[in-house]
Amino acid sequence: MFPYLSFMTFFPLAGALLIALTPKGKDNLVRWIALLTTLPLLVAAVKIFCLFDRSLSTMQFVEGPYPWISTFNIEYFMGIDGLSVSMILLTALVSTVAVLASWGIQKSVKSYFALLLLLFSGMFGVFSALDFFLFYVFWEVMLLPMYFLIGIWGGPRREYAAIKFFLYTLLGSVLMLLVMLSFYFYSEGHTFNLLLLADQAKQLGPFTSTAFRHACWLGLFICFAIKVPVFPFHTWLPDAHVEAPTAISVILAAVLLKMGVYGIMRICFPLFPDASIYFSGMIAALGMINIVYGALCAMAQKDFKKLIAYSSVSHMGFCLLGMSSMTAEGFNGTVLQMFNHGTITAMLFLLVGVVYDRAHHREINGFGGMATIMPRYSAITTFAFFAALGLPGLSGFVSEVLCFMGGFKNYPIYTIISVSGVVLTAAYMLWAFQRVFLGAVNEKYKDFDDINMREVVTLVPFMIIVLIAGVYPKIALDLFNSTMTALSHAMGTLPVAGL
Amino acid sequence: MKQDLIYFLPELIVSITVLFLFLLDCFIGKRSRRIFPVIAFIGIAAMMLANKSSSPLPSARFFSDMMVFDHVSVLFKYIFGLAGLIAIVIANGSHELEKVDKANYFTLLTALVLGMMLLANAHHFLMIYLSLEMVSLLSYILTGSLQGSRRSSEASLKYVIYGGVASGIMAYGISILYGLTGSMTLTGVAEFLRMNAVSKTALYTSVLMIMAGFGFKVASVPFHMWCPDVYEGAPTPFTAFLSVGPKAAGFAVLLRFFFGALSQTTTSGIEPIKIIGLPALLGGLSIATMTLGNLAALQQKSMKRLLAYSSIAHAGYMLLALVALNAEAVTGVIFYLSVYLLMNLGAFLVLIIVGDQLGSEDISVFQGLSKRGPFAALLSIVMTVFMFSLTGIPPMAGFIGKFYLFGSVIKSGHYTLAVIGMLNSVVSLYYYIRVVKIMYFDEPVDGRNLTTPMVSHASTVFALALLTIYLGLFWNGLANIVGQAKLF
Repeated sequence: MFPYLSFMTFFPLAGALLIALTPKGKDNLVRWIALLTTLPLLVAAVKIFCLFDRSLSTMQFVEGPYPWISTFNIEYFMGIDGLSVSMILLTALVSTVAVLASWGIQKSVKSYFALLLLLFSGMFGVFSALDFFLFYVFWEVMLLPMYFLIGIWGGPRREYAAIKFFLYTLLGSVLMLLVMLSFYFYSEGHTFNLLLLADQAKQLGPFTSTAFRHACWLGLFICFAIKVPVFPFHTWLPDAHVEAPTAISVILAAVLLKMGVYGIMRICFPLFPDASIYFSGMIAALGMINIVYGALCAMAQKDFKKLIAYSSVSHMGFCLLGMSSMTAEGFNGTVLQMFNHGTITAMLFLLVGVVYDRAHHREINGFGGMATIMPRYSAITTFAFFAALGLPGLSGFVSEVLCFMGGFKNYPIYTIISVSGVVLTAAYMLWAFQRVFLGAVNEKYKDFDDINMREVVTLVPFMIIVLIAGVYPKIALDLFNSTMTALSHAMGTLPVAGL
Repeated sequence: MKQDLIYFLPELIVSITVLFLFLLDCFIGKRSRRIFPVIAFIGIAAMMLANKSSSPLPSARFFSDMMVFDHVSVLFKYIFGLAGLIAIVIANGSHELEKVDKANYFTLLTALVLGMMLLANAHHFLMIYLSLEMVSLLSYILTGSLQGSRRSSEASLKYVIYGGVASGIMAYGISILYGLTGSMTLTGVAEFLRMNAVSKTALYTSVLMIMAGFGFKVASVPFHMWCPDVYEGAPTPFTAFLSVGPKAAGFAVLLRFFFGALSQTTTSGIEPIKIIGLPALLGGLSIATMTLGNLAALQQKSMKRLLAYSSIAHAGYMLLALVALNAEAVTGVIFYLSVYLLMNLGAFLVLIIVGDQLGSEDISVFQGLSKRGPFAALLSIVMTVFMFSLTGIPPMAGFIGKFYLFGSVIKSGHYTLAVIGMLNSVVSLYYYIRVVKIMYFDEPVDGRNLTTPMVSHASTVFALALLTIYLGLFWNGLANIVGQAKLF
């Protein structure tokens, strides 16, 4: 069979090399190479979507395991199940949109697109790797292009934001490295194979001790929590988002944050089912804090982009609440919420980018009456805002309900408090909408052009998906339902109901 | 005796080269000094070939137990040889060394390589002491080789004083150990300690004192103080060599000392002797070393001082692996030294290329380097590779090195130490990435473009960068070679 996963992982790398070889000054050629590199990825993603067997909970499109470093038993092992396939599809879509959204970049175009494509390689790699070492390498490889993309093409405080992002993520990943090494040395036959490790996790050397398992779980969780980001590790996110160029914010929000949740469900849960259940109360509590605290922070923001950054913190909290339930509906809600947040927040960041390109600032109070000046723009924004605040009929609603349903079973109090987040989200979204689009027309901006064709093209695919997933979520849910059901069976049920 | 000479062949070749260079100096005029680096290069290259042919030989002790031949010594000879070759290439054509007498410099450099080889083979404390002194003395001279430069002379003097004190303390420690065990060979000491009870205090004291000498060589806390000043004062091409060669030799002898004299082989593998708490001692030293190195490096303005403190931190990481005192630790240290050699020499070579053209060794000289023309843009990428590799980020070789080191620590169950070590490497990111940051995010202070340097420098620096990436992705080959490392 055609190696779809390797193709998606390494084709962008080939594109990056090609861009590096193009002569200087051919900026448009570079842009087209980047776009033509991502389009096949999109085609491959559609192909995977069609070929993916929804009834199986096991790995599909498996490649390998092929030996890579035989002395350490490190293998090249790729494969996707329902959890990863949704992320792969999202990544393919977001990659293409990100290239389109970067069309206006003028500063060192060549390096920008080469780094962007390198970043895509890392993203696809993370979602398809089934070898712990391979996963780690892809996880880290993403840091390098991201650092430069924020640091060179970002806003005024870009250097601070870039280094903060890098330090936070590296801090998390060294913890993951330690746990990974422990697994290697104590596993039977010394392996990094995540599927094998999940089978034998409990019987390994010091892993037989509960305290050790809990410590390792916490190490991994912190690593992934930084990426999600979970309170109190979230402070890098507003900085990175605000400083990053539009396309990079879109990728950050739509794909990179998902890696945290993905990591927890791919590694923490199968490898430490008991520790995950033990700490599930904590996950739920953190989810609640994320939802409420993120929403309150968003409400206090004056910067449009920062508002959306905090709304991400809030929305990722739903994922935590959903997964803490250890039930199939909770897990389904989490994965669907990941997917939905990816599409909705991508739209929001693109929309902020549109107005920023014209006004060169993002002060929420600095606009006013934009609905009269840019009617089409405000219509699309209305759609995105309502999707974000969970209007029934749009995708956000379904996943939030599923997360609440999952969470309510075991943690009713946390869930009830979290529900207030929905009200708060509506509040800050509508308030921001009112300040930007309604009211008196700001004379300074009265001859702004409405949203242009390229910008619409980047937004329309997301709008369609949001609408379909809202009206008929079964298409999305079918993708991962069997995997999530199997995972919830593997986790067992919670022994006692918590708060 | 004849048999012994087979084991000694690589050393013999270097010795002959050194003697030949000395003689040549008397007969050759000032004009043809260019021949010296060539001969030194050929001599060391020949040594490496001889080393390769001797590698299948079984382990043995020779010259009446003075020296030992084993796979570890073969590996170290490769490391020293490679460091020597690269150091010759770097030094040849460096602006800084233009006024230095080529005959002296390259003869002494070759002799220094010989000293390191002897140190890595030493099995008798007398031999250890003598070869350590040989390495030290030659290093003092080469540090001060910039005649007329106050900084260079000052560095040399500081180095002599510190070195003198350290080796004095070590000699005293050796005499105590001899008094305790009645043996001067490493295995003799181990044998005695296994069969007899000795005074714990006396043994601990002597180990601490001996560590002064070794710690001085690898620049570990509290014997690191010379390091930043000497690195800064010495001519940069020699600093580059100093940061990898003698440090590697120091680790060779550390490995021999701890595994030869202070460990015993049990059914479950090698174990440190139980009389004194070696893991606690080494763990403490290692944590102190890496933390101090990393924290001090954060504040530096001079690139040479930054690399000096970073080399202290790297010594700390390698000491951490010694805590484990298992077979993985030997492999880990040797693997780390091999990749450290590539990335550190690479970083120094970039500094030399940039420093020679822009006339400064401050970090600020890297400001906007990526915008100083096409060669500078390539060189910035190369420097970025070295900096990320030194931090330990995949897919660079430095990450694999750390992977090995921390692997051995995890395997021995010292989780707290492993966590502290890992956090240290997060701290180190901050100062390494600062160099990357100013290369890419800042603007150059003037409009000067970087011209392409001499072919040997340019090709070496690119080769080192490519190797650093290659070994980060496909390290099976190196792992197989290093994995055979067996002591004694």
